[in-house]
Amino acid sequence: MVEPILSVRGLTTHFFGVEGVTRAVDGVDLDVFEGRTLGIVGESGCGKSVTARSILRIVDRPGRIVSGQTMFRRAEGGPAIDLLQLSEAEMRQVRGREIGLVFQEPMASFSQHYTIGNQISEAVRLHMKLDKRAAHDRAIELLDMVGVPQPSRRVDEYPFQLSGGLRQRVMIAMALACDPRVVIADEPTTALDVTTQAQILDLLRDLQEKRGLAIILITHDMGVIAEMAHDVAVMYLGRAVETGTVKDMFAAPRHPYTRALLRSIPTVLAKPRTRLPTIAGSIPHPFDRPKGCPYHPRCAEIITGTCEAQEPPVTGAVGAQVRCFLHGGRA
Amino acid sequence: MPDSIILDVQDLKMHFPIRRGLLRRVVGAVRAADGVSFSIRRGETLALVGESGCGKTTVSRCILRAYTPTAGAINFHIGGRTVDLAKLERGELRPLRRHMQMVFQDPYSSLNPRMVVGEIIGEPLRINGMTDPAERRKRVTELMELVQLPAAYYNRFPHAFSGGQRQRIGIARALALNPDLIVADEPVSALDVSVQAQILNLMLDLQDRLGLTYLFVAHDLSVVKHVSDRVAVMYVGRIVELAETEALFARPRHPYTEALLSAAPVPTPGMASTRIVLEREIADPANPPPGCAFHPRCRYATEACRVDTPVPREVTPGHMVACHHADTLELRGVGTE
Amino acid sequence: MFGMFRRKPAVNEAERHATATQLQLTWWRFRRHKLAMVSLVVVALFYLIAIGADFLATTDPHATDARTSYIAPQGIHWFDDDGSLRPHVYGIKGVRDLKTFKVVYTIDPSRKVYIEFFGRGYSYSFLGMETDRHLMVLKDPQRGEGIYLLGTDLLGRDLFSRLVVATRVSLTIGLIGVSLSLFLGVLLGGVSAVYGGIVDTVIQRAIEVIRSMPTIPLWLGLAAALPNDWSVMQVYFAITIIISLLAWTDLARVVRGKFLALREEDFVLAAELAGASQGRIIFHHMLPSFASHIIAAVSLALPAMIISETSLSFLGLGLRPPAISWGILLQDAQNIQTLALAPWLLVAAVPVILVILAFNFLGDGLRDAADPYG
Repeated sequence: MVEPILSVRGLTTHFFGVEGVTRAVDGVDLDVFEGRTLGIVGESGCGKSVTARSILRIVDRPGRIVSGQTMFRRAEGGPAIDLLQLSEAEMRQVRGREIGLVFQEPMASFSQHYTIGNQISEAVRLHMKLDKRAAHDRAIELLDMVGVPQPSRRVDEYPFQLSGGLRQRVMIAMALACDPRVVIADEPTTALDVTTQAQILDLLRDLQEKRGLAIILITHDMGVIAEMAHDVAVMYLGRAVETGTVKDMFAAPRHPYTRALLRSIPTVLAKPRTRLPTIAGSIPHPFDRPKGCPYHPRCAEIITGTCEAQEPPVTGAVGAQVRCFLHGGRA
Repeated sequence: MPDSIILDVQDLKMHFPIRRGLLRRVVGAVRAADGVSFSIRRGETLALVGESGCGKTTVSRCILRAYTPTAGAINFHIGGRTVDLAKLERGELRPLRRHMQMVFQDPYSSLNPRMVVGEIIGEPLRINGMTDPAERRKRVTELMELVQLPAAYYNRFPHAFSGGQRQRIGIARALALNPDLIVADEPVSALDVSVQAQILNLMLDLQDRLGLTYLFVAHDLSVVKHVSDRVAVMYVGRIVELAETEALFARPRHPYTEALLSAAPVPTPGMASTRIVLEREIADPANPPPGCAFHPRCRYATEACRVDTPVPREVTPGHMVACHHADTLELRGVGTE
Repeated sequence: MFGMFRRKPAVNEAERHATATQLQLTWWRFRRHKLAMVSLVVVALFYLIAIGADFLATTDPHATDARTSYIAPQGIHWFDDDGSLRPHVYGIKGVRDLKTFKVVYTIDPSRKVYIEFFGRGYSYSFLGMETDRHLMVLKDPQRGEGIYLLGTDLLGRDLFSRLVVATRVSLTIGLIGVSLSLFLGVLLGGVSAVYGGIVDTVIQRAIEVIRSMPTIPLWLGLAAALPNDWSVMQVYFAITIIISLLAWTDLARVVRGKFLALREEDFVLAAELAGASQGRIIFHHMLPSFASHIIAAVSLALPAMIISETSLSFLGLGLRPPAISWGILLQDAQNIQTLALAPWLLVAAVPVILVILAFNFLGDGLRDAADPYG
């Protein structure tokens, strides 16, 4: 039985705003394995981005991680450590070095005043004891690895001189600069054209194969999940309503939300001018969280009397869980 | 059954000058649209598909005369006569505006945050002569029901609505003047997946009920498959392929279309390995490659492709392609389940 | 703040939020800024004082009296010898200084002069009506006796009364000046944005030229150009116009920037596509969107006006006596020797600082409330 490299239990992050408390992440359990991609999928407000940021402890105010555990097996071996218990200085050792992050908006994530070579070198020198020359060489090496053409020329260019696809490749290079074993990619291709997206996903798969990377891929696109992920977690209003392998989830989805979501997605395989089955209602406002199961107002398979009153418990082991009364937990 | 042509675009060109220097001299041009020709039949949905820089948004805005095209004709057949929109002055356009309206991509910037929903939907009516407030209110209520918005929301401001609801408001506004043609510029791209389905269904229903014609601009091929009768694929300012939807998806005739179809992620595990991944980057419309603009990325490119710009021609009835090798290539499409 | 779970909003509260105009939303956001709310109250208080200046004054601010020169601030004594509440001040007596043989007037604690509230004092006109009621006056004072809360100046005038009257002048110059700047700024900024091209270039370059001119020498020149024989009122208006002719540039740039940004918004295009005229688009769609920014810019322009007038008058280039403004009051405090003798003359700086700070916090709060996203 392979041990997960990252193991999240009961992660809870709340936002304490002026108008009230938002339960952005509400008790999430996840396992991430080396060489495999965990896809976290959901719509707006489901908490997928906040989950990633909570793991790395970069949640913006007024958010705060309220409880949970994120056990991480470090490179040098030894027992897994709980990232949430580390001091900020210790966490900085982990961030960027052992866990890399790829953001959605490459334009916003780069400084426009430094060359990409500078920025990659900065990441490298921060964590590895290399001098400027060596760091610069490593930057060129990394750019080559992610498929940037003419890397020795490009390394001295500024982010605005690159196209969206190239910028994203550079982001990936930066994330991999210090040879992390885990990479968290938050909607890495959402802002890209579809042919560029194909290139980037291909690159990620290739890198994963070559280096045994564990990837946490956050997206709203089920197609990307089907293609990239080995394991999936579907999130709704801060909870992982269903987790499982990608094969199981697409072949036999268990949670009504997953089922409805999969049915309502337009695909290129459809017959033209077909009506899509829709999910009734809309995502509730965070302050108007429904009582009981948060999905119940929109659920086509609701068990009246139970679903409105209590929150469904989790059934199943981590990695194959579902939160639904249809699958157990009824009193 | 769509019969007559409502819109006939011929050789549309829109070049944006690039200015440099203190005196703002023109040093070049971004050829956002570079010779686009197509026609739309009454009652059908024509999709305009492509990635960034392909010019689809530019074309849609030229048709509505938000821009004045550099060259070309936009023949609009309405009420028995034909008008070339490209040649009209702003004043002459005003009476024609009621026949074509737009649905915008961004539900957040397309509604004036300072007007209530009822006013937003009613504004086109007001501008076009319906001065009686009671009459307007009645019509606005009808429109709200048409897009499935509770009439009770008449006095609410846009900030109270979700993205999907705002799009409904935008659609209601576009329908206010009973237009013949609606240009939808990526109407569902900014919406959540579960909401996309609702809006797409709504647009299809409205088309059936009101006999609307849609020019549907999108980058997402799966959305396009659902709503369109015909699809035009654009690359760097030109149409590279135009055909009926099923034909284009099942058997594309242009290598770019093949790559686009192949790149679209499908929600079925295990399909990625057969994908075609293109090299290089999308060409720059300010500096397109010579000959066929797609040739640097094309697997099937030959010497001729580097030199001669391909002209769109009909390879089978109703199927137009701009490729030197359209007759000989066997390209892979996606089936229909 | 932590653990504060909000109850599920009642239907009417959600409705209230949904039907709230931008103005109301802005106000609700503004209300949360404690500092801005306090500043709003402070500013309001100052304007109230300005309106009721003559009512609050105790003695005629123009009346000079050599005997009462440089008297230190006198407190009000609230209780009489027998413990009853009878507010009073002490009287004045003249004592001949045996060295200089001049009569020096000093406070005489043996004489009590009682204070009367809402009594009759010097007459003034208030909103067109002639009246002589004041908040506090002395009952049967002898010549030279007064409630010298903040002392007197060289010419024996009560500083407190002069200060309140100065408040009116200094605050209203700000208003008139800002209105003028507002008008010019919106007009020229709007024209610049709407017409673009050569018009825009000319106006923008003109703005840059104006902004790069050093202000004090410019004011010096302009103020010196004013004829000496002009009345106080004429000088007042001329100064106002001069200041606003230079201050409109900030507003013009803000207006132009907002206009250009708004023009790209989809809802503006939607209105055009519906057939709206250029006029409707500007006045109905664009103008309301940046009204709140204009208000914020105005509330930050006001203190600049006030400082301008105060500085000009302080340097002797602006208003001149017998007009009374904060700047003129501070003129008396220019001399170190004078200050050593009568340090209370500096008190005129306090309202200036308070008002400027209050306006700045108010403006910041307004700007944050109007545009929380930047």
